[in-house]
Amino acid sequence: MDLITPEIGLFFWQTVVFLVLLFLMAKFAWKPILSSVKNREESINDALASAENARKEMQNLRSDNEQLLKEARAERDAILREARELKEKVITDASEEAKVKADKIVADAKRSIELEKQSAMAELKNHVAELSVEIAEKIVRKELSGKNEQHQMIEKMIGDAKLN
Amino acid sequence: MTAQKSLVIRVYFTLALAILPLFTFAQERNEKHTSLEEAEEEFNATEMIMHHIGDAHEWHFFGEGESSVTLPLPVILYTENGLVSFMSSEFHHDTDGTHIVEKDGMRFVNLHEDIYKLDEGAEVVEFDAEHHPVNASKPWDLSITKNVAAMFLTVILMILFFSVGLARHHKKSKSAPKGFNNVLETLVLFVRDEIAIPQIGEKKYMKFMPFLLTVFFFIWITNLMGLLPGAANVTGNIAVTVSLGLFTMLIMIFNGNKDFYKHTFWMPGIPTWVKPILAIVEGLGLLIKPAALMIRLFANITAGHIIILSLIGLIFILENAGIAGVSVPFALFITVLELLVAFLQAFIFTILSALFIGMAVEEHEHH
Repeated sequence: MDLITPEIGLFFWQTVVFLVLLFLMAKFAWKPILSSVKNREESINDALASAENARKEMQNLRSDNEQLLKEARAERDAILREARELKEKVITDASEEAKVKADKIVADAKRSIELEKQSAMAELKNHVAELSVEIAEKIVRKELSGKNEQHQMIEKMIGDAKLN
Repeated sequence: MTAQKSLVIRVYFTLALAILPLFTFAQERNEKHTSLEEAEEEFNATEMIMHHIGDAHEWHFFGEGESSVTLPLPVILYTENGLVSFMSSEFHHDTDGTHIVEKDGMRFVNLHEDIYKLDEGAEVVEFDAEHHPVNASKPWDLSITKNVAAMFLTVILMILFFSVGLARHHKKSKSAPKGFNNVLETLVLFVRDEIAIPQIGEKKYMKFMPFLLTVFFFIWITNLMGLLPGAANVTGNIAVTVSLGLFTMLIMIFNGNKDFYKHTFWMPGIPTWVKPILAIVEGLGLLIKPAALMIRLFANITAGHIIILSLIGLIFILENAGIAGVSVPFALFITVLELLVAFLQAFIFTILSALFIGMAVEEHEHH
């Protein structure tokens, strides 16, 4: 049968055409295509690797940041606590000092008041004494202005003295 | 009404029969096909199918006889007097060996697409009992036949697609291609990642990529082109598949390493008396593997064409235009199936070639 008998002419042409095609395609199509595909794949792989690196670096940075943040937060807390303590201390110190000062002022005031009082009393006493003397002088002068009165006085005084 | 209708159908049928390109009978019918009975007698499904799947010296599209639309192709013959060439149109579409072409003092006829050189004085080729011509000789026929022309078309397409298209894109830019070029690149990568690397291995596949890619796309594109109406049945021709199979065999044989030949002809690890037997089996395997490739491709593609042509031929065998309602959708279904087969056969041929090459270049673990 014709169908399964290879024709020499067609076989010849197929072989020639295929060899030429193989040569042309290998040189002008497959080589450039495959090499550029390979290059692209390599660059994609590189890009992926560098992205992975960047991600890792990012992660490191983030954990560093977190560490820093934690430290900062701790420091802030410490500072705040210290400040609060300081504030309380200052307040208590100040109030104690104020109390001491106040006490002292009060004590000083009391002392000076006492002194003033005493001096005022002394003066008052002097005044009263002088006044008493003056009054007595005036009374005596008046009592003893007439002879009768002088006599009566003397009588009375003698009477009193007798009684004593 | 019904009589008129059936007459109309019969007229259509006669027309369809006339349009159907039955070239071998073209002249005969021109002379005397007048009645339907004679036309029916003339229809021979085997002849029609064989003509369609066979090679031809001219590329016929439609019509018949002198009015047919045909692309004349060069006939190139190597005779004892050197190369002779002329256009196939000089035969005037004759394939019955009746039209004699005289060239360089020699006379040629085209008898069923075989070209014979007639001896002095002979007018018609005569055969003896063993079908050897007695008054003519067969020169080497290196004509650019329909199949060769179709092959050239595939070559042009491949160069356009890959060299002019995809490779130029890659020269211009480093980015991934878009559109059709992207489709082509995906296919190239498919051959590399699904065929070459798994079968041959990362280390050695690069050497065989040009062959595998060329064979894959050549077979696929030619298969697809063969499905077009009026196209040639290239990959369904045994000469073509023999050539392709031989390429695989030669690559396998020349790239086989020491281990491969040791395992083929003196298998280690088995009793000595078995070794010669296995050597014969394995040695034959070297031939059978590519031969299987060759037969598989040829048979699949030819079978597909035969089925489609048979379904269409059924209309004329059963003499009923109504059969077209069944056989045309069926033929369409088979054609769609053939689209799948076109890819599948290209894939199978390539993956098996890669497998055989992979076996030949494999580095064996030393026991």
